Amino acid sequence: MLEETGPEWLSEEVKTGTTIIAIEYNGGVVLGSDSRVSAGASVVNRVMNKLSPLHDKIYCALSGSAADAQTIAEMVNYHLDVHSIEIGEDPQVRSAATLVRNISYKYKEELSAHLIVAGWDRRNKGQVFATLNGLLTRQPFAVGGSGSSYVYGFVDAEYRKGMSKEECQQFVVSTLSLAMNRDGSSGGVAYLVTIDEHSTEEKVILGNDLPTFFDQ
Amino acid sequence: MATLTVSRAPFAGFSFENCKRNAVLEAEANKVGCSLPAARKTGTTICGVVFKDGVVLGADTRATEGMVVADKNCSKIHYISPNIYCCGAGTAADTEMTTQIISSNLELHALSTGRVPRVATANRMLKQMLFRYQGYIGAALVLGGMDCNGPHLYSIYPHGSTDKLPYVTMGSGSLAAMAVFEDRYKPDMGEEDAKRLVRDAIAAGIFNDLGSGSNIDLCVITKGKVDYIRPHDEANKKGVRTGDYKYKRGTTGVLTKVVTPLALEVVEETVQTMDTS
Repeated sequence: MLEETGPEWLSEEVKTGTTIIAIEYNGGVVLGSDSRVSAGASVVNRVMNKLSPLHDKIYCALSGSAADAQTIAEMVNYHLDVHSIEIGEDPQVRSAATLVRNISYKYKEELSAHLIVAGWDRRNKGQVFATLNGLLTRQPFAVGGSGSSYVYGFVDAEYRKGMSKEECQQFVVSTLSLAMNRDGSSGGVAYLVTIDEHSTEEKVILGNDLPTFFDQ
Repeated sequence: MATLTVSRAPFAGFSFENCKRNAVLEAEANKVGCSLPAARKTGTTICGVVFKDGVVLGADTRATEGMVVADKNCSKIHYISPNIYCCGAGTAADTEMTTQIISSNLELHALSTGRVPRVATANRMLKQMLFRYQGYIGAALVLGGMDCNGPHLYSIYPHGSTDKLPYVTMGSGSLAAMAVFEDRYKPDMGEEDAKRLVRDAIAAGIFNDLGSGSNIDLCVITKGKVDYIRPHDEANKKGVRTGDYKYKRGTTGVLTKVVTPLALEVVEETVQTMDTS
């Protein structure tokens, strides 16, 4: 009756569950994520910001194992700092994505994290890169995490080319809201980061301010 | 990257040196019929809260070895540096050694930089070490302290992920303690309110979780002062016996008495002088 397996968070790895999304528009990118971190059935952090800065104008969205994702992001942050000093200017988004991809590919068997890299640079403006399992591909938008499965239909149907910044932000928030409603491992608040030539804007949208759909 | 640690620079990956030795020892012990002792876990409720002028860390004091309480009054709040303390849950040896290693490295780092160490530095060192061991070091920590940038509180998991939050709980009693925090936490509390909140959270863990018990320790860290209150609250005092099981001589009457002297002779006498200088 009294099992000595101990608390589950001790043996269960802390996962970020998650829904993450990044989308590029003409002039920049918008990244979005939920904020739930779970260990087994327990939520250990309900306000985690999964949009991690790699550089001033390059962010990445974390999903999968919390420890693996945090470590990759911090390592790439360090490498980009050194790289940008060496080249004497802001690094390209492709460089950041390549660094993430190299770690994800080399330690493919040991790591279990997926990072979406997105940002703005002078050469190619806004870019979104997916680095799942060690590939590197530039996409108009990318979704990831356990909650993404529930919204593939929505994003495929609703995405249009040439959306404006506000439309993109609305798109991201709606996607996150839908995924958080259906996925048990996603929830909390929505974090939004908008990166363009002039600024990097971070925003939090609290639970009750998220858009509601038919069943709410 | 130059490191200033006394210990050897860490090799990449987990070191499997001792695994073979442990396997041999276990086989030998099983041959004789005994089993290796179970690792002592701290069961535990630990928590921390950031208030207006600093942080308050709290912990219970029970250490369990399987279903038996191994230590009724162990200290789970470990010293990292004069302005940073760390509570540990999980395997007792792991939390003890991990915090001591990082405390030592942080002191060297502080001497090298000439500055008071920052909580973020201790956090980085701890998470990088725990990640390197891929979760095999069972240490779940609540790290809190006060530095030039104000009060900070981190929770660190055995696999190496960390969260920076205004209030955190860890351990088997973490859900009970978190329930108290979620109900009564307010930003910018005063010191007495924060201490009361932490005390209540740990008490919730002690009374509702089997792995936590005994007393409540608190550590209040503010600018320039650390109050290590051990114990803050003796929630489980040992009961006072009301009766006495000693009987006076003569209570039982003696009927007969037989004395048999044993004939023993001295066979060997050796003197070993003790060096008492």
